[in-house]
Amino acid sequence: MPTIFIDGQELEVNEGENVLEACLNAGLDLPYFCWHPAMGSIGSCRQCALVQYQNEEDSRGRIIMGCMTPVTEGARFSLNAQNATQFREAVVESLMLNHPHDCPVCAEGGECHLQDMTVMVGHRDRRYTGKKNTYRNQYLGPLIHHEMNRCITCYRCERYYKDYAGGKDLGAQASHDHLYFGRHEEGLLESEFSGNLVEVCPTGVFTDKPFLKQYSRKWDLQSAPSICTGCAVGCNIAPGERYGKLKRVHNRYNHEVNGYFLCDRGRFGSGYVNSDSRLDYAGIKAADGSFMAVPQQQALDTVADWIKGKNVAAIGSPRASVEANYLLRELVGDKQFNAGFSDSEAQLMAAIRQILKTTKALNPSIKHIESADAILILGEDVTNTAPRVALALRQAIRNKSYQLAEQMGLPKWQDAAVRNLAQDQRSPMIIVSAMDTRLDDVASHCLSMAPDKIAEFGVAIVEAMAGESTSNKQAIKVAEILQSAKNPLIVSGASMQHWDIVNCAVAIAESLCSKKTSAMLSLCVNEANSIGSALLMPEEGPSLAQLIDNSPEVLLVMENDLERRLTKQQMQQLMADGTQVISMDILENATLGASDLVLPVASYAESQGTLVNMEGRAQRHFPVFEPSAERLSSWQWLLKIGAAIGHKKISKLQDFDQVVAACAKSHADFAELTKAAPDNSFRDRGLKIPRQTHRYSGRTAMNAGVNVHEPQQPHDNESPLAYSMEGLNRDQPASLTPYVWSPGWNSNQSLQKFQAEVDGPLKGGTAGQRLIASTGKGATKKATLAAVEMRAKHWQLVPMHRVHGSDELSVHTDEIAQLAGIGFVALGVAVAEKLGVTEGDGVVVATADTEVRLEVCILSRVAKNCIGYSAGYKETLALEAGSLATLSVAENWQRRQPQMIATDKVATSPVIGEGDSAHV
Amino acid sequence: MSKKQIIQSDMSSLLSAEEIAEIDAELAHVPYKSGAAIDALKIVQAKRGWVSDECLRGIARHLEMSDEELEGVATFYNLIYRRPVGEKVILFCDSVSCWISGCDDIKTAISQRLGIDYGETTSDNSYTLLPVPCLGACDRAPVMMIGDELVTHIDDEKVTALFGKAIRRAEE
Repeated sequence: MPTIFIDGQELEVNEGENVLEACLNAGLDLPYFCWHPAMGSIGSCRQCALVQYQNEEDSRGRIIMGCMTPVTEGARFSLNAQNATQFREAVVESLMLNHPHDCPVCAEGGECHLQDMTVMVGHRDRRYTGKKNTYRNQYLGPLIHHEMNRCITCYRCERYYKDYAGGKDLGAQASHDHLYFGRHEEGLLESEFSGNLVEVCPTGVFTDKPFLKQYSRKWDLQSAPSICTGCAVGCNIAPGERYGKLKRVHNRYNHEVNGYFLCDRGRFGSGYVNSDSRLDYAGIKAADGSFMAVPQQQALDTVADWIKGKNVAAIGSPRASVEANYLLRELVGDKQFNAGFSDSEAQLMAAIRQILKTTKALNPSIKHIESADAILILGEDVTNTAPRVALALRQAIRNKSYQLAEQMGLPKWQDAAVRNLAQDQRSPMIIVSAMDTRLDDVASHCLSMAPDKIAEFGVAIVEAMAGESTSNKQAIKVAEILQSAKNPLIVSGASMQHWDIVNCAVAIAESLCSKKTSAMLSLCVNEANSIGSALLMPEEGPSLAQLIDNSPEVLLVMENDLERRLTKQQMQQLMADGTQVISMDILENATLGASDLVLPVASYAESQGTLVNMEGRAQRHFPVFEPSAERLSSWQWLLKIGAAIGHKKISKLQDFDQVVAACAKSHADFAELTKAAPDNSFRDRGLKIPRQTHRYSGRTAMNAGVNVHEPQQPHDNESPLAYSMEGLNRDQPASLTPYVWSPGWNSNQSLQKFQAEVDGPLKGGTAGQRLIASTGKGATKKATLAAVEMRAKHWQLVPMHRVHGSDELSVHTDEIAQLAGIGFVALGVAVAEKLGVTEGDGVVVATADTEVRLEVCILSRVAKNCIGYSAGYKETLALEAGSLATLSVAENWQRRQPQMIATDKVATSPVIGEGDSAHV
Repeated sequence: MSKKQIIQSDMSSLLSAEEIAEIDAELAHVPYKSGAAIDALKIVQAKRGWVSDECLRGIARHLEMSDEELEGVATFYNLIYRRPVGEKVILFCDSVSCWISGCDDIKTAISQRLGIDYGETTSDNSYTLLPVPCLGACDRAPVMMIGDELVTHIDDEKVTALFGKAIRRAEE
């Protein structure tokens, strides 16, 4: 480790890092703008200036940029030399020439990196008295607000959006003092990761548009460490609340999972928490079919009365917490418990559970995925099924450029140089899918095959790797690419609902492992706690079909809309059987409507629970705010129900920690569940971790509009967090970090004060506990491939997942619903031409069981005989993956109006302040 | 996804066959298609006087670039015109040699005669006036270019000879 001197202070620094990183690691406050730990240095903003001296005698030195200067043994720098501090102040002053003084009305105010840096360099008085540049802002869709006047031209947005996230439609335009960052023309930012611009921009150019509509300052937000429930990746998030509303979601750093970035479903898809279709009170269905709201106790008494001594079955949920599912299983017993997957998915999940427990391959975290140097994706459109993983894959393909850079002796953080060196050379990524995926643009090979053919192709790869003769040249090529890699990664998953594909992915990964030890196998699954539910799925439990056939006297459904799991016939059978259905859920849905008694459930933001992500990492989310009305967490309802009926085991459990402990004790798979996060007894220097910042304002008055009496702060008796400003938020365990803030660092850049070192894990470790340790015995099963028999004029239905639209809960957010559009069928150009339809026309898709009218969407590549359909959309719930369908043009189809953009709005609506057009 | 692709698939047909042929000739000299971006913009501008949004998208499609990427190139260069210009563009040097030689007064004179300021086009669409930092003819300052022609040692006489005496009213 080299030693450097900064202002005479001797520092041991990491080999190969730059001086800016060394300063930040040493806890020194060196201002910067354009540098980002995940994106490296380009030296464009000139803010991190220091003075470097030739030797001990040199007293004059020269200005250097910290982010562009590698540390070298014995190098001498000064942060505090007068010419360095003057230089840094001058840089900020020059940025302030054009930066508007609109902090009071700017959404970034109070968490603005530019504000922090301006204060840090000591620039106070503006000397410039001239006019400032003004720009036309663009309408960038419902998620991101654009305010170009505030831009300080650091290039971070463009570098993040284009270089890091692979977006195409945001760029730098013009030059010198009229530089502009935006689209070619107004319209939706197309990247699924556009929301990160909000956090990447050091000032208020790109801000969170839904948040603007119900804005609060960062210091006024109450936050808690939480986990995104949008998919199975388990990104760590920091939601903020005020006035009982979930205001926004920010990224919460987890070194091994999401790092600095979220997808747009995760960031913007929580609006449903504030939805009008939330349930507030328990309800009992009256004779006329309407629900009568009843007090909590009456509901509990009724439930107890209904289920005591009866034949009770229960359906859990892969989107509910481990604790809730565990209690539900205990309540009714293994033989009466279904984990809540559809029957086909349950089989697949049981297989995936077995694979994860026995595979020789490494089940990678996102950090691992970024280290892959050859990638094979089988069947999965990762950007739409596990978005954050796709962002990691986009980084993995850059490993080729890092190899090239290393040969040249170029450090990885020299971003522009490394990109220039590599040009379009990338690590190989082979995508085998039925149709377009959102990673096609950076894939080295894209192969279009029907699902059953993908499995056959997988078998051919295994054969080729084993040296067996195969006539499939493409398979031989893929085998060669994978075998010549140091760190190959196979990605597949449950979204195609095709067991053969998953099995082949395992076989390929394990075949690689027999030759090298580091092959990785990442299996995407559908929901936030899919793996947790799979681990809790009892061997002897009934399938959904069996459960319905048994016609239990009472059925308990927890956080599960059965319409998404059952066929229409099954659903009707269930309702007709005279089974009394008790459902607990967050939002109104078909299952609740068909139930006899409903219980209102707290959303993830109002409750505590543990979710197990696709890598088997158990992570805990804590309530951000107290649930309003009579909502309770599912596990709280179940504890109360257990107590009401005097359940032998459950009635002994009093609180969340006891539930966790009981679950850890009764299931070997969950033995380490208690390590997911500290329990309720945790104290940091005698205090719980505060959810509120120390500048939280109006605490005693903010509800004066309802009641002038100062309310007592709610007490949290279940978690190590407090509804309070008192306590420290500093270096506690990582799973308990509600927000980041450090003196002088009000923006999210204060994260570096929480990291043990730049871009490293947090000082409090890495949140979460991996539950599944594989035995390494191998999981390969002999492939018995089931080929689909095609019929003339029929097409095979292939599910297509969508970031915005396929997820059950997030589509109840207005902005997400707008982006999701309506259910669609995706056709190849040839099929569309033959039918005589174009994008936006209507087509009738008819299978043996059902017929649906769907909007046409055109694919750029598609396997023979395949058509896609929007998975998880309400219009397409009746369609089944892999079934055969015929197509005909829909009659009397009304094409949807193309979405209006802001300039259209100007013509129709003169209201100033409506949309973004007011600034134009 | 595809909606955009469909609409844009025949976008390059917005370019004339002649333009496409000239761009293709440039493509032969570059390792990456995007390397011909500046030349392609110049080709289209030479034919049409400026580069419209449609043309820009046509070129982007032809060079397999995103619209934003090409827009970045097009707007970076002052001499790629993204708005219509007059029949002749006056590139008026306001750099240091010309400034010492009194270009400010000459600019005022031209502006008054044509009734336009920097960035504006005369109502009869004959001239657009733009400032330029240097034309490489400092020894003959003050200088300007009118279309492809370099005008050196500009003085009142030359201004009168070129633009007449009449002072036009600035357009609203």
